[in-house]
Amino acid sequence: MPGYALHPQVGLREEKFGALAYHYGNRRLTFLNDEALLAAVRSASLATDIDTALAEAGVPEERRGAYRIALARLADAEVLQCT
Amino acid sequence: MHVTERMSQGLDAPICLTWELTYGCNLACVHCLSSSGRRDPRELTTPELLTVVDELAAMQVFYVNIGGGEPTLRPDFWDLLDYCVASKVGVKFSTNGSRITAPVAARIAGTDYVDVQISIDGADAATNDAVRGDGSFAMATTAMENLADAGMKDFKVSVVVTRENAGQLDAFLALAKRYDAQLRLTRLRPSGRGADVWDRLHPTAEQQRALYHWLLERPDVLTGDSFFHLSALGEPLPGLNLCGAGRVVCLIDPVGDVYACPFVLHEQFKAGSVRDAGGFTSVWRSSELFTSLREPGSAGACASCGSYDACQGGCMAAKFFTGLPLDGPDPECVHGHGEAALLAASGAGRPLVGAGHSHAGGVRNAPVFVPLSMNRPV
Repeated sequence: MPGYALHPQVGLREEKFGALAYHYGNRRLTFLNDEALLAAVRSASLATDIDTALAEAGVPEERRGAYRIALARLADAEVLQCT
Repeated sequence: MHVTERMSQGLDAPICLTWELTYGCNLACVHCLSSSGRRDPRELTTPELLTVVDELAAMQVFYVNIGGGEPTLRPDFWDLLDYCVASKVGVKFSTNGSRITAPVAARIAGTDYVDVQISIDGADAATNDAVRGDGSFAMATTAMENLADAGMKDFKVSVVVTRENAGQLDAFLALAKRYDAQLRLTRLRPSGRGADVWDRLHPTAEQQRALYHWLLERPDVLTGDSFFHLSALGEPLPGLNLCGAGRVVCLIDPVGDVYACPFVLHEQFKAGSVRDAGGFTSVWRSSELFTSLREPGSAGACASCGSYDACQGGCMAAKFFTGLPLDGPDPECVHGHGEAALLAASGAGRPLVGAGHSHAGGVRNAPVFVPLSMNRPV
């Protein structure tokens, strides 16, 4: 199943509020201030199975739709790329 | 807690770090923030520079804004750039363009990790050269041509907004577009030699309002969050809208001293030195000054103003160098509180600022500052 992976040109740095993602190509900085979203981004399962990644990140089923949208936005911003 | 509140408590590493490599400069701009001109014999050596890069890489600082002086005057500049790229520390450097020849432009265009920012302060030679010196507009536009010819996309054209060029915003945008570049506007600060010309050059209240609306309509124009004091006019401008000094930004000067931001090169805002034991990392994470800047500030004289949440009282450096209390209004407060405070203070609290590293004698193409508006019909 297709999923997402961190874009190869993106660096991720942990901060107290979550993490910062910086894209060395387009030079955009993105703030990841939702713990569960960050956990999903870091999850090894994200590349193959978005639902499993969200489950591992502790996102309850009824909220996964919103998180799928958030992940798609991160892909639009080139923080993630489709696998 | 909102993300900007977290930011104001400081980060493990700066988001935006300015690193001035030398006080040497082949120009003598009237508003130079760092009073640059002559190199300082105590400037960091090449091995010391590389040690700083190692630290930045270990802290995962994504990129540095390199400036000066004119950073490309350092003979080790290009080696340092290569070392940054190899260490995955991105670089954006500011230059007057004098060294951006065609081969240099090709080299810059060849890596994602290097971005460049060309400074101009007028959309035509007359306006620009009055501030930056004779021939400096041609110097900058030649560099832009070389970059565009090399296929460099989205490099930055950086403009300090002044009373003389505030009417040229559309022309600046057109100029940047012509070279496939992005326009970046920043605020004139009364710092360094800027203190000498601020009274005459800072935009009028009317120009500030026009700038605010112009920026709101053009979110793609970069500002480095420099005009957050204008957010008191209504809808906030894009950006974090907070003073990042010591919280998300800081400055390393050519001799390795670390200041809270690029606009406060003054003993009072010096947090330490990269030469101290513990290096830059410990200055950033535990210096007394940065720790105190990360504590919640008081709104002071601005507490009763309904706009305080929007503008946070404005720019610390602008207040400090115009002699205003740091917990009061910005000198360019959009509600006019700054003007009143300036009149009341009548310059009495202005800190003593020396000539810094300004050229002592004459410089061949130095600007002789005559405000253009004095020669124009009003």
